[in-house]
Amino acid sequence: MSRDKFEKWLPWLSTPLILALFFLLWDTFVRVNNMSELVLPRPATVLTSLGEIVRSPDTWQHARVTATETIGGFLIALGCGITVGAVLGKVRWMERSLRPMIVASQVVPKVALIPLFVIWFGFGMTSKVIMSAMLAFFPIMLNVQLGVRSVDAGQRDVMRALNAGRWQTFKHLELKSTMPYVFAGMEVGIVFAIIGTIVGEYLGGSEGLGYLVVRTLNELDAPALFAVIILLSVLGLLLYFVVNGLKRFFIPWHESVYSQHDVNA
Amino acid sequence: MSTDHVGTLQPAAMPASEHERPTAPHKLELIGVGKEFRTKRATTQALHDINLTISDGEFVSIIGRSGCGKTTLLRALAGLLSPTEGRILVEGRSLWKDSKVDASVVSQLGVVFQDANLFPWYSVADNIALPLRLRGDDKDQRRERAHELAELVGLKGFEKSYPRELSGGMRQRVAIARALSTRPKLLLMDEPFGALDALTRERMNLELQRIALATGATVVFVTHDITEAVFLGDRVVQLTPRPGRISEIRTVGFDRPRHIDVQTGPEFGTIVRQLRHALDGQE
Repeated sequence: MSRDKFEKWLPWLSTPLILALFFLLWDTFVRVNNMSELVLPRPATVLTSLGEIVRSPDTWQHARVTATETIGGFLIALGCGITVGAVLGKVRWMERSLRPMIVASQVVPKVALIPLFVIWFGFGMTSKVIMSAMLAFFPIMLNVQLGVRSVDAGQRDVMRALNAGRWQTFKHLELKSTMPYVFAGMEVGIVFAIIGTIVGEYLGGSEGLGYLVVRTLNELDAPALFAVIILLSVLGLLLYFVVNGLKRFFIPWHESVYSQHDVNA
Repeated sequence: MSTDHVGTLQPAAMPASEHERPTAPHKLELIGVGKEFRTKRATTQALHDINLTISDGEFVSIIGRSGCGKTTLLRALAGLLSPTEGRILVEGRSLWKDSKVDASVVSQLGVVFQDANLFPWYSVADNIALPLRLRGDDKDQRRERAHELAELVGLKGFEKSYPRELSGGMRQRVAIARALSTRPKLLLMDEPFGALDALTRERMNLELQRIALATGATVVFVTHDITEAVFLGDRVVQLTPRPGRISEIRTVGFDRPRHIDVQTGPEFGTIVRQLRHALDGQE
């Protein structure tokens, strides 16, 4: 097997190994220290609990709620982020006049606003969607703004020398060279969106995996708590892979997509 | 080979071709072209009173130290930077109307920059055919022309590759093919091989010579490499800095295509040496 091929398959081999080692250490740690399963359950107990939770239709309802809130918030953030980012990237005076506000609003711990949203929008999905949109908005907007400004001057010269119109320059150059930045923002944004949703669910409401975390905590059911966290991680991974897959589909030419090993030169 | 191949000093406004072919329309004519850059602190005269006439099929090299205004001159010719004085005529038609370019004149030009400036999201064929796409040619025409040009520049079989898969020299070939795709009347090149290693550069010079002859293109070639300028050019125009003006126009009498061994001959050496002395004298 060539070195390149080996490196391609390496993560598929190393990941299960590292996980197995992690669970082994975990299990040993609990047994050696003779810890209470109320504090740190053994992996096997967590697995049993996970099995129970997965089999309950209730869980899937909660997962669906969390997924809907996250995706909804993310899509709102994506739309707003691209629009605002493109405008601020293009219109200098607007960016200059709004910059202090933008910096200030980034520094504000947005999670602290959740109680307000609960007051305004109730304990339902709306307050969580808004929270997740708010968190995901900034990385997307900032990346788009950067992307719009980072169009290569040499490539612009090419379009100008070809006497390309505004729309042609946008379609063939500006849009394409901004895409990698949009996806970079999306990859960060989707993670932030999940955080926003879960924290929102922690603080209010009776639905979603975040709520399930709080409930299992109140029941002092540590194995179930671990199981829900695992479910949340899986949900996060899934959403991240969807975004990553979209990126691979839309910008296969970008260096963040093709690995170095594919290059012939 | 012409008798005065060592070259003679000529006044800028009276190039040799003028009396040889009095009736032919000049491919490119620069009349008193000047460019001033104004900032709050200072006014820099980048170009001053540039007069040059280039005839059909001619290959003209422009050399000079960095900062002598050769890139400014080429950008003015390419319609990217408006001159503050004088006129630029392409086949008798003015390129600049005040500080706006005439689109129908710009469309007669092909430009190659120091960087290939390819679009990484398009394949080689799509990069080559981009000018045709912008102008609205249909897909079949574009594909056909892209194949034709890929073959011309020695990239047959690479049409479906992406720029990242190509070496620096190959990318510059794509850039040349792209510039040629619209069959421009005038090919403008701004240090196109400046970023390549010496061996690749030498090969690209031979390739460019072949391509120029095959297409019958009139070429304006900016470089800071004297050997390259003399090897490729029918004439070598030398610019002096501050303000950038033409100090000498040298006719290189070797017939094209030239063999690489021309460079080791005594006459070639003499021309290069004299041009180098002239450039050194500018310090």
